[in-house]
Amino acid sequence: MTGERILMRNFDRPDSHTLAAYRATGGYAAWAKAQGMEPAAITEEVKASNLRGLGGAGFPTGTKWSFIPKGHTGPVYLVINADEGEPGTFKDRYLLERDPHALLEGMLIAARAIRAATGFVYIRGEYVEPWRRFDAAVREAYDAGYLGKGFDVVVHRGAGAYICGEETGLISSLEGKKGWPKVKPPFPAIKGAFGMPTIVNNVETISHVPHIIDRGGAWFAALGTRTQGGTRMFSVSGRVARPGVYEASVAITLRQLIDDLAGGVTGNGRLKGVVPGGSSAPILRADEIDVTMDVDGLRNAGTMAGSAGVVVMDETVSIPEALLVVARFYAHESCGQCTPCRESTGWIYKMVRRIVEGRGRKEDLDTILDVARRGAGTTICAFYDGAVGPYLSYIEKFRDEFEALIAK
Amino acid sequence: MTASRVQFSGEQLAEVRRLQALYPDRRGALLPVLHMAQDAFGWVSLDVEEYVAELFDLSPAHVHEVVTFYTLYFRQPKGRHVVAVCHNLSCHLAGAKTILGHLKTRLGVEVGATTPDGRVTLLAVECLCACERAPMMQVDDRYELDLTPEKVDRILEGLR
Repeated sequence: MTGERILMRNFDRPDSHTLAAYRATGGYAAWAKAQGMEPAAITEEVKASNLRGLGGAGFPTGTKWSFIPKGHTGPVYLVINADEGEPGTFKDRYLLERDPHALLEGMLIAARAIRAATGFVYIRGEYVEPWRRFDAAVREAYDAGYLGKGFDVVVHRGAGAYICGEETGLISSLEGKKGWPKVKPPFPAIKGAFGMPTIVNNVETISHVPHIIDRGGAWFAALGTRTQGGTRMFSVSGRVARPGVYEASVAITLRQLIDDLAGGVTGNGRLKGVVPGGSSAPILRADEIDVTMDVDGLRNAGTMAGSAGVVVMDETVSIPEALLVVARFYAHESCGQCTPCRESTGWIYKMVRRIVEGRGRKEDLDTILDVARRGAGTTICAFYDGAVGPYLSYIEKFRDEFEALIAK
Repeated sequence: MTASRVQFSGEQLAEVRRLQALYPDRRGALLPVLHMAQDAFGWVSLDVEEYVAELFDLSPAHVHEVVTFYTLYFRQPKGRHVVAVCHNLSCHLAGAKTILGHLKTRLGVEVGATTPDGRVTLLAVECLCACERAPMMQVDDRYELDLTPEKVDRILEGLR
């Protein structure tokens, strides 16, 4: 099931981040090929690959690219979302540090497809070493003549705010503002960064593009499921024997990922629950892990693939305490723009805290569920819905644990 | 810090112009220039905000709104070193609470405070995305991974 490593094929080389190593393993050949292709043909190849956004939303990448208005004559921007911050996710850090040229080559190809002359790479401010590695690769690519001939790359450092991983929040931040998400429509492809058509793609998504151009969309599509092509990088952490990043087909099951790749459950060795796609993904119980990890497989299981951050909890883990950590995160990171999110994340955090501290009230659980549900779907961006996923699923699936704390 | 001391060098001003020219609207360079200002002046005081606002022809209120939105800009003097412990989910499962408690005891300060000698500012932060090596913390620019209380002690030893 693990099959061929594509994105991580060079990770074991100590010099994998250098241009020399990248070229020695076939790097920039896809860019040479793409230069002989019409932009529309590149987009068609990516559509045929069934590549879907790997930052969290899972939107079909080629389709996104095709939303750039035909006949637009002004600038178009390509923006790379390297603001990795979804709790439980660490794949983009590896890609930036260990294979930065794959991202640059993917950017060159994507920029040709959407006719962008400038690409911005938004790297979270805390990622100092990944930024240094990527910035060095950019300089190498300029010196080698890949960049600066019709396509320029600007590396932009964030300043600490989870919401800037939301694509319109990221655009606000790139424009020199606080990272408030923007109302859609207009979508970024129509009116994005600096008012111009903009495509925002995740690091891992774009790092796949050279391979798709090199080996064909059909090849990539065949690696995955009917509705999602390829492999992806799963970040596995929590109570497993071998936490780490694993590349596998999106058709792998959650059970295979935990048992076969990550070495099985530690703690008392018995699984209690697992978050399959970063902290915003609803939790699954131990009897719900025979699901494929593709976007639609996890959606059908009532959760989401998200950023593929898998957090494993064994039977000794307190689910109310885990929810407290998660609720604190959403209360801290709410940008404050929309009332339901700003108020509910803070209120729910307070209620979960008093339950965990033994001061819970009988009505608290139903109040949390009610508050969570009322706000869902009412806000500008997906942040609040991402908080509602854990609020509802942790309590609905492990209610007895919360009730035991309240009864004390 | 007095207002008169908030002044980039000629070289730094050239870097500000270079950064501003990278963006279709120079305001795009606001976050990078604020990073520069923090490095140059130690922290982002109201005087620094006003100075940066002038460089962008923006209102100080706008710059203040930006500075207060992000966690990496310090609005009061910080220690010579910043120790930021992740307390999100995977680190929680790996014992972040023990690490944070150990640091509080060793440093004798609460989260958000700086040791009286100005050596270390202690923070608790959200996911730094190194969950495979939890519990972890960031010390200035470096990620410190697979923490134990003993390893934390060794790291603190190295901070002067």
